[in-house]
Amino acid sequence: MRALLFVFTLLLAVPALAVEPGEMLDDPVLEQRARALSAEIRCVVCQNESIDSSNAEIAHELRVLVRERLVAGDSDQEVLDYLVARYGDFVLLRPPVKPSTYLLWFGPFVILLLGVVAVFVYFRRQRAAAALPPALSIEEETRLARLLAEDAAKEEGPGKA
Amino acid sequence: MMRRLLFLLPVIVFAVIAGYFLWGLAPERDPRDVPTAMIDKPMPDFDLAAVPGLDVPGLATADLAGGEVVMVNFFASWCVPCRAEHEFLSALTEETGVPLYGINHRDKAEDAVAWLAELGNPYTRIGADPGRAAVEWGVTGVPETFIVDGSGRIRWHHRGPLVPEIIDREVEPLIEALRS
Repeated sequence: MRALLFVFTLLLAVPALAVEPGEMLDDPVLEQRARALSAEIRCVVCQNESIDSSNAEIAHELRVLVRERLVAGDSDQEVLDYLVARYGDFVLLRPPVKPSTYLLWFGPFVILLLGVVAVFVYFRRQRAAAALPPALSIEEETRLARLLAEDAAKEEGPGKA
Repeated sequence: MMRRLLFLLPVIVFAVIAGYFLWGLAPERDPRDVPTAMIDKPMPDFDLAAVPGLDVPGLATADLAGGEVVMVNFFASWCVPCRAEHEFLSALTEETGVPLYGINHRDKAEDAVAWLAELGNPYTRIGADPGRAAVEWGVTGVPETFIVDGSGRIRWHHRGPLVPEIIDREVEPLIEALRS
């Protein structure tokens, strides 16, 4: 019974939200859009918090503003553009893809690519090394040197005589 | 030759990382700084009523397009840095004669009246802002200060109190330049 109650209370747990009941719109579709948008908008005075989860006064002001603009008929993008015009890209939690952020968005893939190339080159070199016949042992080396010396002596011999 | 260059790789990697650290730890860099997007933009649309109990008129967009360089300062009686910058703002308006317009941000009228009675009032106009005007101006908190040129375009935006160092280095030269 106790375990069941525990599970039940866990099910009741939902993330804490800063949105106040008075701010919510009556239209559930618009409210849903406002919530989704709010999660994308940075509370500009907080450390990496969206206006949806911040209790700061400016977050409250921005939440109300987002809803007002949605009610006035703005598209989601128009609401974001309105805020970017005032606070810059900083107000967006997800940085937009544009030339100044290419390194941020594509840098990790470039590094991954470099790693793949490095691994590829490494294994190719190793395979090329393995394809060569094995090197001579020390005994073989000395024997080879002796035979070559004997050959040289033979060739020199008749010439001198 | 290739091999030798490869030995240099750790040194290069170190130099790049050290460069980032130097940039990140530089004392003049504040990671909490919110970049401003308002520079060179025309004035936002706003119309603020006067603070009840003050004999100073309110502030609207039309008041700022008078062909004169003006300063707009967001302040509140509950804001400690505003109190700190107040004497410098007053001295600046006296020295340069630039009209200083105030926007009283999220404040109780009686508190604002008492605050100005205590410290003196350098503002020629004050609009009472319940919150929305701050967003229109891209303001994140108080105090923040703008310089608006004669054509109603924002030329300068500063977040935080105006200390003498900033006034000497940035504000006064800019006002001179905009006036001439």
